[in-house]
Amino acid sequence: MAAPTAPGTRAGGGAGRAGRPVPSVASPRRRTSDVLVTAVLVVVAVCFAVPLLWLLLAAVDPGATLQLRLPDEPGLDNFAAVLTPETTLRPLLNSLVLCLSAAAITVVVATLAAYPLSRYQLRYGRPFLYTVLFATGLPLTAVMVPVYSLFARLDLVDTRYGTVLFLAATSLPIAVWLLKSFMDGVPVELEEAAWTDGASAMQSLRSVVAPLMLPGMLVVGIFTFITAWGNFFVPFVLLLSEDKLPAAVTIYQFFGQYGAAAYGQLAAYSLLYTLPVVVLYLVVSRWLGGAFTLGGGVKG
Amino acid sequence: MSVVERAGGPPPAPTAGDAPAPRPPRRRPASRWLVPLAPAVVLLGVFFAGPVVWSVLLSFTDASLTGSAARGTSFVGLDNFVTLVQDPAVWNAVVITVVFVVGSAVIGQNGLGLALALMLRGRGTAVRSLVTLPVMAAYVVPEIVAAFVWYAFLNPEGTLNTALGGLGLPGQSWLFTVPVLAVVLANIWRGTAFSMLIYLAALSQVPADVDEQAQVDGASGWTRLRYVTIPMIRRAIGTNLVLVTLQTLQVFTLIFVMTAGGPGDKSETLPLLMYEQAFQYAALGYGTAIALVLLAIGAVFSLGYIRAIGKEEI
Repeated sequence: MAAPTAPGTRAGGGAGRAGRPVPSVASPRRRTSDVLVTAVLVVVAVCFAVPLLWLLLAAVDPGATLQLRLPDEPGLDNFAAVLTPETTLRPLLNSLVLCLSAAAITVVVATLAAYPLSRYQLRYGRPFLYTVLFATGLPLTAVMVPVYSLFARLDLVDTRYGTVLFLAATSLPIAVWLLKSFMDGVPVELEEAAWTDGASAMQSLRSVVAPLMLPGMLVVGIFTFITAWGNFFVPFVLLLSEDKLPAAVTIYQFFGQYGAAAYGQLAAYSLLYTLPVVVLYLVVSRWLGGAFTLGGGVKG
Repeated sequence: MSVVERAGGPPPAPTAGDAPAPRPPRRRPASRWLVPLAPAVVLLGVFFAGPVVWSVLLSFTDASLTGSAARGTSFVGLDNFVTLVQDPAVWNAVVITVVFVVGSAVIGQNGLGLALALMLRGRGTAVRSLVTLPVMAAYVVPEIVAAFVWYAFLNPEGTLNTALGGLGLPGQSWLFTVPVLAVVLANIWRGTAFSMLIYLAALSQVPADVDEQAQVDGASGWTRLRYVTIPMIRRAIGTNLVLVTLQTLQVFTLIFVMTAGGPGDKSETLPLLMYEQAFQYAALGYGTAIALVLLAIGAVFSLGYIRAIGKEEI
């Protein structure tokens, strides 16, 4: 606040247009409000970071408490304690099997369904799409009670394939919706050559459309995987035997048994469980931020 | 997502001779669309539509996990719904659900997300990353881990009380004294990134010259926000409100882990009441009736969502 009366405050505080004199439209006031806004943003950032910092620090602190503190003697003891087959490895493997299967089924089934919806003028195409869109909004939690009783009738409770099919079904609406609009972006002209050569619709889907949509299919697959990986309620209700439970459920049991004492181990387990999701998010965001464009064949 | 123009128009028929005619053109064999569509229809029918229809039927019965009703389920008409309307636990859960949704989604995530997006406009990359990194991290972490983190943060021996103690303020057992506030805060923490991203995207579409013109005309910051910026992102606000409401309506894990609906029923939202009735008290029929209430509320918002989005994108 050296000279608020100066006609042209040089933007010394870092605001863009360095050098050029800025018109004096309330610029000193603008500068103080900039500082204020930045201060508020920093406070918000700290509030969001502090709870997570506890998780990161407690995991490497063998004597962790519930308070945020720097470890006296940082070490990997907590990880060593939980990295046993029964505690983390088998549950994480179970999660991997469940989520990979669900993601694969979702992508294949949704791509197949997207093709006629995108390419043919179906009499019931629009109502079907509206229903699918409607289904994306329904609260999944509310379906779990009837799903459990349906599973009990069909003898599907505590089966892996039943849980996988249900997880796939719940992510289908949004997947069909996304893949249909991705497919709309792939020009039909590219397929016409294949048809002229006598390819069937399914052949041209596989050899022309699918390769162009691969990035979109992968993104849908990754998001299905992430959603399924974080889902606690579905496997909590549908799976019972210890050896089938995914990490989402066993980490809850761990919290119930040891959560009141072994904070460091709970934090270490949480990090192990969170890591795959973080990696996948980074992969997707790097990708979406970069050269992710749909229908890449259009320009070439 | 840039979808090429074709999306809106009538999809051209693949075979060369299919001219668009008012009457249905040459009949295509149904198998051509039925076969690829079938797996999706079957999966959705069995695991999605089936349970919803089933739940409507089940809610008119006294189906139970255990006891005499588990063997022979009988039709009880509207009994479950009569019980439901007269049940103070249901009304308690409805009130808490409304407080939870309005507090954490409509005001919390939506308001904070919009505020952050507005404040981040025109900031440098350093400030932007400083804010988006922790906000996004909270969003990426699985729900159950978020619940652990907040359980630790709000514990009597947790970080919040230590920090308050450092400032000379008294701490308390937050999860017991103010359980609803505790889960509201945790859910704001967890979900704000979604709203922030929606609003950052919407604001980047607002042409800068409109705002600059208003500034030249002498409009103050608040006036510009109120009469220029907000009206231009009105659609994004509507869409975001519906989406965060739908997401928050079905939150189960966060509350289940942090407070389990307690102490007593002080933080028991509809999903938790449903779970308690169906799986802990083994009253599947009654639990399903509560689920239907939740489904109905969700369906109303979902219809609003279609109205907001669907018309332009199909």
